[in-house]
Amino acid sequence: MIKLENASRTFQVGDELVHGLDDVTLEIKAGEYVSIMGPSGSGKSTLLNAIGLLDQLDKGHYFLDGKDTTKLSELELAKIRREKIGFVFQIFHLIPRLTAAENIALPLTLAGVEHDERNERVNDALKSLSLSDRAHHRPDQLSGGQRQRVAIARAVVTKPLVLLADEPTGNLDHASGVEVIDILEALNQQGITLLLVTHDAELGERAQRIIHMMDGKVLP
Amino acid sequence: MYLNDVIQFAFKAMYGARTRTYLMLLAMAIGVASVILLTSLGEGARLYVTQQFSSLGTNLLIVLPGRSETTGGMPPMTGETPRDLTLQDVMALQRSYHIKEVAPIVVGAAPVSYRQMEREVMITGTTASLFSVRELHMASGQFLPEQEMTRASPVCVLGRTLQTELFGNASPLGKWVRVGGYRCRVIGVLEEEGVALGMDLSDSLLMPAASAQTLFNINSVFRILVVARSQEVMDKARQDIIDIIRARHEGEDDITVLSQDALLSTFDRILTALTYSLGGIAAVSLLVAGIMIMNVMLVAAAQRTAEIGLLKALGAPRRQIILLFLTESACLSMIGALLGLIFGLGGNQVLQLYFPDFPFQAPDWALWAAVGIALFTGLLFGLLPARHAANLNPVLALSGR
Ligand SMILES: Nc1ncnc2c1ncn2[C@@H]1O[C@H](COP(=O)(O)OP(=O)(O)OP(=O)(O)O)[C@@H](O)[C@H]1O
Ligand SMILES: [Mg+2]
Repeated sequence: MIKLENASRTFQVGDELVHGLDDVTLEIKAGEYVSIMGPSGSGKSTLLNAIGLLDQLDKGHYFLDGKDTTKLSELELAKIRREKIGFVFQIFHLIPRLTAAENIALPLTLAGVEHDERNERVNDALKSLSLSDRAHHRPDQLSGGQRQRVAIARAVVTKPLVLLADEPTGNLDHASGVEVIDILEALNQQGITLLLVTHDAELGERAQRIIHMMDGKVLP
Repeated sequence: MYLNDVIQFAFKAMYGARTRTYLMLLAMAIGVASVILLTSLGEGARLYVTQQFSSLGTNLLIVLPGRSETTGGMPPMTGETPRDLTLQDVMALQRSYHIKEVAPIVVGAAPVSYRQMEREVMITGTTASLFSVRELHMASGQFLPEQEMTRASPVCVLGRTLQTELFGNASPLGKWVRVGGYRCRVIGVLEEEGVALGMDLSDSLLMPAASAQTLFNINSVFRILVVARSQEVMDKARQDIIDIIRARHEGEDDITVLSQDALLSTFDRILTALTYSLGGIAAVSLLVAGIMIMNVMLVAAAQRTAEIGLLKALGAPRRQIILLFLTESACLSMIGALLGLIFGLGGNQVLQLYFPDFPFQAPDWALWAAVGIALFTGLLFGLLPARHAANLNPVLALSGR
């Protein structure tokens, strides 16, 4: 479902060219659970951003669901992100002035999902992440683990094909971290393709498949 | 995305940054309110002047000595002083078929005293015809007597203010007052009248024109008020005046004939221009408010960089982000404009309480223009920050780099 062919992404830093991704060829099947590990600066986030279509490749091709994304317009890329991809970030990225429920509803609101259906889906998401009693709390009234659960709910409320989590446990204590990974794995069990970047070897080992990266390359 | 969701999003963002929201609303409101208040002043002045002139009476022509440039004629080539108008000129005018009535005006200031009370007031020398020319009303007694224009007689009529100052509540009728070195008998008191043409008759003493000339030791007449027989013959009456005076002044056109309409339209033009320029000055404050909106929205876009990155990650295309930000600045300017309308119109009401004679009334165009410019600047200056936000690179925005 995700297929990268000779994908490269370089950054210009001063006079130097830094290889964020260096000739990566990679295939990930629907429903897989993949953890991406590697030292800092090895290109894990760059890979995830490219797969999430937040960033574009300089060279090579990226096929998502059989479709070459390299030639798509800004509008089409936005549509794919909206419909097929869910993001979970290390620092949650919740909007502070919105309640948990409103944060979760945000992608549906942006997509123009009608009010009643939106409420229904937000309530389902709140329930399945045991956040129902926190629906009307703002992020600053929630614990780190709860915030990340809200962020996960927001990522999956649109029923995406792929869930991209970039160090989702990086800002959490061990117990909340394990809890978050449990939730992600449960979602993977329900069929979502899960890509998880982590520094924590113990958590990373739990994936079916582990991709090791180094200097922008995927190690065999 | 539904419009009402877009608006809700904007309102939550505005509420999320209350201080800046209040400041911007204030700036917008002040801009709109000042447009309304300043144009109201201009428009009020115009209405005020119009009312003043209409109270002069209709079909009125005013004759003054000397050629004035306001008539569009050439100023005299030679430096000779214009001939004075005399009471004989006034009587000659009465012969015109197109002229219904003529009233000379002789003015000067003199001390007026009754017993211990003395006041320096404006003396108006005129004839009985002023009564109908100016459409005056008597509070008591009668107006100046119908008599030969060149005859002086020791009678006078008091304006209301002057009467109270000299006599208080007592009736002045039949009493003798001293005017300069002369004495005259009070035969009437005028009803309170509006100020017209700068002549405040309520603070004046009226006496026969010939008496006033004797008092001031002059032969000339300050103005001649002429009433034409009808609106249609105004032009003919004007021509008659010019012809008659020319014949009497040895072929010289040395008078100016103003009509109320001409005066009115001149003032109307001047005061309308004044209103526009006041409005223009106030519009600058709207522009300032617009620039403030731009600044604040740019700061907002910077503060909300991560949020913009998130919106992009959630699948919002550029144009949706532009829409969200533009809606925010549009809401700010719209609410600001509404507040400005309330402040401005409310301010008019308050001023009206303090100055009941002066009509504070914002012209309709100013209301539309104020709100229109507010919205336009809000949107225009909101566009740049909105585009800035939409063009952010989502990866950088999210990573806070
Ligand atoms: N926008 C950018 N500009 C310049 N260099 C960049 C940019 N983004 C990434 N890089 C560089 O690309 C390389 C890979 O970065 P990336 O963020 O993918 O690493 P990472 O594996 O996610 O590291 P970490 O574990 O610290 O998050 C790094 O050397 C980084 O400095
Ligand atoms: Mg990273």
